[in-house]
Amino acid sequence: MAVARQKPFVIRHMPGFPTLAIVCFFALYMPLVPLVIYSFNAGNNIALWEGISFRWYVAAWDNELVKAAAVRSLVVASFASFFATILATMAALGTTRTRAYRGQTTIYALINQPLMVPEIVTAVALLILFAMIKEATGYHGYAYLIIAHTAFCIPFAYLPIRARLEGMDKTLETAAADLYARPWPTFRRVTLPLMLPGIFAGAMLAFVISLDDVVITEFVKSAGQDTLPTYMLGQLRRVITPEINAISSVLLLISVILVTLIFFLSRNKTA
Amino acid sequence: MPANGEVPAIRVEEVDKIFGNDADRVVALNRVSVAIEENEFFTLLGPSGCGKTTLLRLIAGFEQPTAGRILLQDDDITRLAPYDRPVNTVFQNYALFPHMTVEQNIAFALEMLEKPAAEIDQTVTDMLRLVRMEQLRDRRVDQISGGQQQRVALARALAPHPRVLLLDEPLSALDYKLRKDMQIELKRLQHETGITFIFVTHDQEEALTMSDRVAVMNDGNILQVGPPHEIYDHPSERFVADFIGDTNFLPADIIERGGDAVSCRLESGEVLAVPAGVDLPDHDRVTLAIRPEQVTLCETAGDATLQGTLQDAVYIGTDTHYRIRLADDSLFTARVQNARGRAQLFESGDRLGIRLDPEHVQLLKD
Ligand SMILES: Nc1ncnc2c1ncn2[C@@H]1O[C@H](COP(=O)(O)OP(=O)(O)OP(=O)(O)O)[C@@H](O)[C@H]1O
Ligand SMILES: [Mg+2]
Repeated sequence: MAVARQKPFVIRHMPGFPTLAIVCFFALYMPLVPLVIYSFNAGNNIALWEGISFRWYVAAWDNELVKAAAVRSLVVASFASFFATILATMAALGTTRTRAYRGQTTIYALINQPLMVPEIVTAVALLILFAMIKEATGYHGYAYLIIAHTAFCIPFAYLPIRARLEGMDKTLETAAADLYARPWPTFRRVTLPLMLPGIFAGAMLAFVISLDDVVITEFVKSAGQDTLPTYMLGQLRRVITPEINAISSVLLLISVILVTLIFFLSRNKTA
Repeated sequence: MPANGEVPAIRVEEVDKIFGNDADRVVALNRVSVAIEENEFFTLLGPSGCGKTTLLRLIAGFEQPTAGRILLQDDDITRLAPYDRPVNTVFQNYALFPHMTVEQNIAFALEMLEKPAAEIDQTVTDMLRLVRMEQLRDRRVDQISGGQQQRVALARALAPHPRVLLLDEPLSALDYKLRKDMQIELKRLQHETGITFIFVTHDQEEALTMSDRVAVMNDGNILQVGPPHEIYDHPSERFVADFIGDTNFLPADIIERGGDAVSCRLESGEVLAVPAGVDLPDHDRVTLAIRPEQVTLCETAGDATLQGTLQDAVYIGTDTHYRIRLADDSLFTARVQNARGRAQLFESGDRLGIRLDPEHVQLLKD
């Protein structure tokens, strides 16, 4: 029985693939190169190179407004990613560790809703809702920002946690029950430790997403509640100096570090 | 070693298990009843999908029966959660906790039972010695070999000293040599611990060599329960005879019913007197089952029961398998042990006779 030997489909060998790949990477990373280079510009212009210096990093560091916005960003991102991770963990358990039930797919879609609804729509909706609450309660604090960020961070925290739970061998939990562990000890001693890398990955992803958000923050924040991205947006309406480049470069560095960590955590480490 | 007046360790009474509903209903177990004695090595044997794992999961408490009861000695455990049953399982894929060491895995059940630390430590040491793994106590379980993981899984399940140990094809992932070693090891462990073992396999040789008693299952039913030699020598029905070892099936008609013996006429015309089984069928259509190694071949002679022509002979080391074409054109296999220095008795195309010992002919209802 002679079977014609078929060449396996390997995308790398398709015509034009290398070119396409290079173009993609170029488009993704090229714009970042001048941004980072010009953050070291000694001059005042973001497009005119006048020699190397750290002056804009120093300027950003000395700028009280930048410092306040940075602290606000970190606080909001910390709280939001914390709450979002807890909720996402519960949602992931609820959608993977239960008997199949009606409407499971609907719930899955609902949890991921923020990924599908245009951000601007969510932003306007929150603006209106919070305006009504502010009117009624008179409260104007950070809670609105934290709640808003928590909401849109949930799916980002949910996805890696769910992936981790789905990849876990369910007989491990059966084995724990067989070895006299009741449901709570089974969770604490077996499920939780094994899903921990997923939880960390989810929390970090939520943190990065919260840190980078502009649209929703811009709509929800009260006066004097600028985060780093909305502060930078505000600066664009005035004179732009390489200080913006310096702040952006730092944000970029933080994101790259966190995303690298997420990558290592969510990698399957089966021998 | 069944029944000496003791209460059985496990009794499964009229258990049904039905998965799914209406359209995609699967009857995994159908009115299954079986009693497993204390300190017995009991094996569930059957082809894939016959319900072995399902029965084990019901005894472990991972599933609930649709109908029927399961008793542990005198206690009804049908509705108890797995963590409330003094029954432990060795899983086919071992299911060791990958984030724990060998020691932590073995200690897990004891910690859950809130045993004192000193006792846990002592039991872990004993268990490691029992399965000969003392030197790997602090190793992570993903850093040991498959055979070693197997031993850890055994030690973990035995540590809380369950009343019954359930083993679902625990040896199927091991290579041939290791498998043979572990078979002996399992028998030793069962002997040393005195725990009742319920073992699942679809390997008939494994079942016959290891078990005190075997239950042969097919399609959600238990067909026959008995010690290996009984199952082998006196299969209750055609499926059992066919599943366990090789068997020649000869269709026959009962032509005369005597007291102890019945006369049957084979398709090929010969008449044969065989001992009457305990429950002789009412109808006359039966099947005679004959093991290939329980016949003798002779150069066509008057006292042979059957006549035939040799089709081919296959030499397999210890034995030679002769395939003989009978008068009705069916094939009959005979297995003859090879004598030293003489590999083959007959040549293809030879006429020869098959001598049957009536004692070794099993009469099966059709
Ligand atoms: N959770 C389930 N849902 C639906 N059907 C099931 C389920 N578990 C088992 N079955 C069905 O019940 C029957 C018996 O399955 P079981 O796993 O007990 O077989 P088995 O004898 O262990 O087979 P194997 O030797 O392949 O492991 C099969 O037809 C199987 O498809
Ligand atoms: Mg099975």
